[in-house]
Amino acid sequence: MDLAADFFSLFGLPRTFRLSLSELDSRYRDVQAQVHPDRFANATEAERRLSMQWATRANEAYLTLKKPLERARYLLELAGHDLQAESNTAMPADFLMEQMEWREAVMEARAGGDHHELEHLYQRLRSDIAGRHDEIAALLDDAQDYALATDRVRRLMFLEKLLYEIDDALASLDD
Amino acid sequence: MALFQIAEPGESAAPHEHKLAVGIDLGTTNSLVATVRSGIAVCLNDEQGRPLLPSVVHYNADGSTVVGYDARKDQAVDPKNTIVSVKRFMGRGKQDIAHLESMAYDFVDAPGMVKLRTQAGIKSPVEVSAEILKTLKARAEAGLGGELVGAVITVPAYFDDAQRQATKDAARLAGLNVLRLLNEPTAAAIAYGLDNGAEGVYAVYDLGGGTFDISILKLTKGVFEVMATGGDSALGGDDFDHRIFCWVIEQGKLQPLSPEDGRLLMMRCREAKEFLTKNPEAPITARLSTGEMVDLKLDVATFAEITRTLVSKTLQPVKKALRDAGLRADEIKGVVMVGGATRMPQIQKAVGDFFRQEPLTNLDPDKVVALGAATQANLLAGNKTGKDDWLLLDVIPLSLGLETMGGLTEKVIPRNSTIPTARAQEFTTFKDGQTAMAIHVVQGEREMIADCRSLARFELRGIPPMVAGAARIRVTFQVDADGLLSVTAREQTTGVESSITVKPSYGLSDDEIAGMLQDSLAHAKDDAMARALREAQVEAERMIEATEAALAEDPHLLNEAETAKIRNAIAKLQEAAAGDNRRIINIAMDDLGFETQEFAHRRMDQSIKKVLSGRKVEEIGTGDEQ
Repeated sequence: MDLAADFFSLFGLPRTFRLSLSELDSRYRDVQAQVHPDRFANATEAERRLSMQWATRANEAYLTLKKPLERARYLLELAGHDLQAESNTAMPADFLMEQMEWREAVMEARAGGDHHELEHLYQRLRSDIAGRHDEIAALLDDAQDYALATDRVRRLMFLEKLLYEIDDALASLDD
Repeated sequence: MALFQIAEPGESAAPHEHKLAVGIDLGTTNSLVATVRSGIAVCLNDEQGRPLLPSVVHYNADGSTVVGYDARKDQAVDPKNTIVSVKRFMGRGKQDIAHLESMAYDFVDAPGMVKLRTQAGIKSPVEVSAEILKTLKARAEAGLGGELVGAVITVPAYFDDAQRQATKDAARLAGLNVLRLLNEPTAAAIAYGLDNGAEGVYAVYDLGGGTFDISILKLTKGVFEVMATGGDSALGGDDFDHRIFCWVIEQGKLQPLSPEDGRLLMMRCREAKEFLTKNPEAPITARLSTGEMVDLKLDVATFAEITRTLVSKTLQPVKKALRDAGLRADEIKGVVMVGGATRMPQIQKAVGDFFRQEPLTNLDPDKVVALGAATQANLLAGNKTGKDDWLLLDVIPLSLGLETMGGLTEKVIPRNSTIPTARAQEFTTFKDGQTAMAIHVVQGEREMIADCRSLARFELRGIPPMVAGAARIRVTFQVDADGLLSVTAREQTTGVESSITVKPSYGLSDDEIAGMLQDSLAHAKDDAMARALREAQVEAERMIEATEAALAEDPHLLNEAETAKIRNAIAKLQEAAAGDNRRIINIAMDDLGFETQEFAHRRMDQSIKKVLSGRKVEEIGTGDEQ
């Protein structure tokens, strides 16, 4: 095991999108219990430095594997598929249209201070996203169709961003 | 305990010896020191049996100091030379400090951090804090009968990098080995959680003398995990005193006060605030130097009314922290109250109303932080009793970022990231042939650079000339387990490594620390050289002990030749440490460090393999897939 090992191997987990979160939690904690700087407060300088590097790596790994979008992106990266998230933004017109409609609905609800509507949009989007997770799981774990998975993950990025914006709107109404 | 023990090769230095470690709550108003004795965390009292040390330092003309209760008596007669609530100035510039005009000090605007002019010279808040820490250190060493191996020092969770670094510098100056900077609400959660066997999600509402923290923690068997934290590092009990003070000025139609009268009245206001925690009405009386008589009565309802905005100011960060944790108020199992200021009835009511439950006050809100810190110090020092073991996962309170074009902030590490953490970001040149790049590191949540705290500016030079956009500069932020940041930058494409590590600009350099040390020791019997030597010897002892322990634990990871090399380096260090040449000790420590590097790697590797073995990939359940 070395610091460059991939995040799945670090926790001894199979390299799949479908993942037991409770298992991830428990393995993350087991690893941290071994490597955390608090275990090395009295150790040699070399051990203290190593411990910080390992604990940092474990935190990064946990954060990446915990969130489905990040996990999917990471799996694509491991499979050698570049998401081209920034350079290639062409998306199909119908998807973009749908996005615009979502956005308008959010803006309208936000401007009108409609807490209830925002909550409703949030829940609807959440269930839409959950459905997409299932699709991505099938593409990555079963079909190993990385090309199509790349497209679906890019769509997911749009939706996650939208979800974040709704959350933000809800928060601003709370204040 | 002997200052220095030399173990014979092959036997480790007294492995079962209880190491003297303390937890220190360095508070705005009061400070405490605690330790674990026979498995129980206790506060160490002064000779008069008092656990609290007022965080007040009086400077005499000859440079000597008085700290604590005795200094507190001086504040109304000699306000300029009697520093109270110095925590408010830690890591702060003059422009950052609220109510500056009503303070009696002679401020000196210094780069990075404000300083105070006293009759004993210009003092940095770091030096003032070090006086408080020294007093507590002396109390602990007298009480425990030996030299401390280290201390856990608490800081408000919402302290930024500047404030944390200043606290660590103060500890260094006081001659303390800092085992960890620990967030105050987290320390309280340890004390509370271990005492009550608590499980579930808890909120810690910590209103101290000058700082406010809210932390949301998940407590599960053996793990304290901070989910989110928030607060205001310039809001505390002092502000409630100040509201009463303003009310008194207004009610009494008082003319502008002298510094002495100001302090006197402020003390009366504080007493009134404390009186109101148990009484419906408090008298405020004072005879001013002008002959004027102040004679007022403040009732609970009026007090609540004049401090209503302060109370609601604490609830904003509470809401934000809950949102960051992805929780609603009714999902919180218990609310632990910390800090003397939470004794105010309007605070208890507001918190109770917000969470719709009675806040938990069964631990002394003044002591709980110090007790938790002592418990953690005991663990970090290695005084494990076997079953008492837990893991602490804390977070950074504020996002860390870089300035980009147009004065905007680019976040590199978001707030509430679990520490230690690191994140790298790539940048490129925007001009042909550009060989240098300015990097500006900031902390805060706002989009505009001007609204965030500037931590450091540095320039990366020696970038090989290339066309615009061709260079790839990787800037890495590393936050350690104390929540302290270091930044490294490196040009990637050419392989020419131009890498530097910066400590943010307000941090004191080793030279400055040495200078302050010299100053502070001018009045002591000790001298700086002797102390530096002793520190190196203690450090050498720690290193030998740690290496011996590792050798005893994992001899199988080394072959004979490697073991011999390490043993040889240990012997050389022992020899060096027995002498009085600090430079030779440092060289010997570096050598031992070098010889043990590979060993450290193997040990870490082994411990990770151990935790993963015995579990097979196929065993993993798929119950809660996502």
